[in-house]
Amino acid sequence: MTITIPSVHYLAILPVLFYFGAALALLLATALSRNKVTLRVGTATTVLASIAALVANWFQWRCVARTGASTTVAHAIVLDDFAVIASAVIALSVAMTALVAHDWAARERVTGVEFHVLALASSAGALLMTQANDLIVIFLGIEILSIGLYVLVAFDRHRTTSFEAALKYFLLGGFASAIFIYGAALVYGATGSTNLTAVSYFLGTNVLLRPALLYAGGALLLVGFAFKVAAVPFHLWSPDVYEGAPTPVTGLMAAIVKVGAFAALVRVLISALGTQLDTWRPILWALVVLSTVVGATAALVQRNAKRLLAYSSINHAGFIMLGVWAGTVRGTAATLFYLMTYAPTVVASFAIVTLVGGPGDEHHAIERYRGLARRQPWLGGALAVLLLSQLGAPLTTGFYAKFTVLAAVVDAGGGALALIALLSAAVAAFFYLRWAMTLYADDDLEATRVEVPRLTGSVIALGVALTLVFGVWPGPLATLAQHATVLFTP
Amino acid sequence: MHSSLWLAALILVPVVGSLVALGVGKVEGLAYRVAVATAAVQMVLTLVVAFLYNNHVTGASSFDFYSRHVLSVPLGLAYDVGVDGISLLMVVLTSLVLLLSLLGARDRRREPAFVGWLLMLTSFTMGSFLSHDLLEFFIFFELTLIPCYFIISQWGGAQRARAALKFFIYTFAGSASLLVGILYLGFLHQHQVGGAISFAYGTLSTTVMSHGTAVWLFVAFAVAFAVKAPLWPWHTWSPLAYAEAPTAGSIEMSALLAKLGTYGLLRFAVGLFPLALADVRPVVLSLAVIGILYGSILACVTPDLKRLVAYSSVAQMGFIVLGVMSGSQIATVGAVLLMFNHGVITVGFFLIIGFIEQRRGSILVKDFTGLQGPAPVMAALFTLVMLASIGLPGLSGFVGEYFILIGTFATHAWWSVVATFGVVAAALYLLWAYQRVFHGRAEGANAAIPDATSRERWVLVPVVVLIVALGVFPKPVIDRISPSVQDLVHHTAPGGVTK
Repeated sequence: MTITIPSVHYLAILPVLFYFGAALALLLATALSRNKVTLRVGTATTVLASIAALVANWFQWRCVARTGASTTVAHAIVLDDFAVIASAVIALSVAMTALVAHDWAARERVTGVEFHVLALASSAGALLMTQANDLIVIFLGIEILSIGLYVLVAFDRHRTTSFEAALKYFLLGGFASAIFIYGAALVYGATGSTNLTAVSYFLGTNVLLRPALLYAGGALLLVGFAFKVAAVPFHLWSPDVYEGAPTPVTGLMAAIVKVGAFAALVRVLISALGTQLDTWRPILWALVVLSTVVGATAALVQRNAKRLLAYSSINHAGFIMLGVWAGTVRGTAATLFYLMTYAPTVVASFAIVTLVGGPGDEHHAIERYRGLARRQPWLGGALAVLLLSQLGAPLTTGFYAKFTVLAAVVDAGGGALALIALLSAAVAAFFYLRWAMTLYADDDLEATRVEVPRLTGSVIALGVALTLVFGVWPGPLATLAQHATVLFTP
Repeated sequence: MHSSLWLAALILVPVVGSLVALGVGKVEGLAYRVAVATAAVQMVLTLVVAFLYNNHVTGASSFDFYSRHVLSVPLGLAYDVGVDGISLLMVVLTSLVLLLSLLGARDRRREPAFVGWLLMLTSFTMGSFLSHDLLEFFIFFELTLIPCYFIISQWGGAQRARAALKFFIYTFAGSASLLVGILYLGFLHQHQVGGAISFAYGTLSTTVMSHGTAVWLFVAFAVAFAVKAPLWPWHTWSPLAYAEAPTAGSIEMSALLAKLGTYGLLRFAVGLFPLALADVRPVVLSLAVIGILYGSILACVTPDLKRLVAYSSVAQMGFIVLGVMSGSQIATVGAVLLMFNHGVITVGFFLIIGFIEQRRGSILVKDFTGLQGPAPVMAALFTLVMLASIGLPGLSGFVGEYFILIGTFATHAWWSVVATFGVVAAALYLLWAYQRVFHGRAEGANAAIPDATSRERWVLVPVVVLIVALGVFPKPVIDRISPSVQDLVHHTAPGGVTK
């Protein structure tokens, strides 16, 4: 018996290798080194791995420009511009989070590099998801991403809510993974392959007389994804987990899970099941309406910043899904554009929440923000800008993110859906503005100042700068997103 | 055609001024001086544009100073500006309102931020009036909400938080349908002609659409503008917002931002969907007439002066909408004139009310009596503004209302007849309020009220001059509006009657 080893195009998986390599190197270093490996080394490694991944993304981009999109590792991994951009967004988010987590760990007296090892491994899973061209690889990505996050969520040993959140996330997440893999099995049963290209080819050349198996499989896959991106009605874990997790971890989750899961969702629905558009569209329609409306209305009654942002991210998940619903090149580009702009905004937002949370990471009542912008105009102003961006105000990237997905939806004939989503944004405006107003209240000027460490400060500045610069000048990002989806599909 | 750089300057000068004002905020009073200087420069620029404006430009219909630059192809985003007679008048109003609200309604609490927001608001409003592209218009239109929101929520009265939120959510929700409508129209056009997506006004106005589509799109656009105007029954945010805002905020919102609603209705809803007009006219005209009567009745019974002006504005905006929707060229000219004149008159009202509020700390009608004894100049100024608002012949308010009523009478007689009662009602509620506040015998705090200072008198001079000048000799202004209105009304003629 001979075993054929598939050819590997190493450039294609270089970012993933960097992340895994960095995680392994850190682990080995802690095991072998005589002295304790310091936090500083961990942060530096994560940031360097992210920069290396970004550089690799640059070479990947040029490679795709030269030779076009390609698949490798027995067609299980795809290298196209869509994956490159999504990976770059993840790498940027990880680097930003690592810096925030560094200051957080110093404040909470968390020593050692375990945090960074787990974050690197998780991110490798997210990177894998953006490049997966096979349901099994997507599953691998989801599992690698999630297992690291389960531990990270429980990382705050001083708070029981952290454990509780981790347990909840673990149980429900494990369940969702099982549903996903069952869906993958049913799709395999219906089409004879788990490879997305092969599934697409099969469905394009054959007519299924009894599509029930495929439908059931597709539906289970959707449930798995909906759980990961916290779309209503599969969102119930998210407010508790967002609240319980250490705040930098919440920021990381909000960014990379969304990017990874939506990238994979787009591949499954558009590349593999594109022929079944009319079947999955109504389901997505319902998910979008429920997520946007429930996310916005449930956030109205939240008094906790992290829970509020959890519901806000559910609302955003609905908006991102709008682009998928469109099912067109424009829609895919819009989804990517949304992810590009949302990730830095949300990481920077949680960076501010981390700072305001104070030692112990437990002061997250909105009341805590009263008068913040009066005492510290730069910090409070930064949060106001990030909130306005999430609201979708013009001159911030949030506006163009919403604009592109809505344009794609209207183009695809979903005027009513666009209107519902937009009205939910008007509801959402209420709680963003109420929070912003708390920032500028002038009746509590005596409260203590929030310490802004240098690294976290620079992350916040970067997030705000990206939000504003590309909010005024969105052309380059939009062109990039459009370019990335022209060569979409392997 | 003139260089479009003039218009770019109109948009950018306030932004620069705002940043400078914030930058020099540490020095006491300097930010205010920077802001006033900026407003003066802006006013000069505006006057230059107004005198250079040539309405016989070939090419972009009657748009002068025109230029278009595509900023992003995939987004369909473009910088596209131009001025015609209608927007020119609004541009003048924008600069005028800024200057007067800075001079007459100075707010010393955290002044750098206050004047900074005020200048930003001016830039965004200017951008909306100059936009010749629907997406660009929408962006500026939405942007105006942010400075307004901060001005109300930080410098407003006791209920400022509620007022600011209500204002923002109402307008934001209203504009949702506008965005969807713009996108729908853009893609409809793109599917017809191919090429990249574009939201240019000129190209979109050639879109071929069915009658039903036109009606739906008109409704989608009109809802946003009706909330902004505000047109009955979407007016409920306005009395609270006008009353709670600081004086400068009330002025900006009622004298200027409200006009964005009627301007948008005329330029975009009426201008782009002529097919819909025959169907929607009875409905919108009826709403306008109801607004006129409703605003007048509430103005009679409202307890405070700012709300009085707010409800009177609801009635006046009803007149403007009546003219805009009438399909008559004369009435449309009247509506554009009234937009400007109502702006000037409202500035006068809110400034005088602001002066009174500063002296007494109250705007409740029942707190005042006999003010004309101790403050005869203020009473005289109020009388003049009030008479203009009532529509006394010889003053500016009369011209617009008269044009609207006779124009509408020719096309939609019954609506015009009912609306005429609004003129009578205006006399009723304004004279009654005047009587309660200024007549009688002043006692206590009212007797000790100082008369208008020389600064206050000087600020009101432009208002008085404009009220009288445009009442006696409106021809130069009408000459500039008419060709543009004629273009617009002729373009929309197939959908309705033209007289």
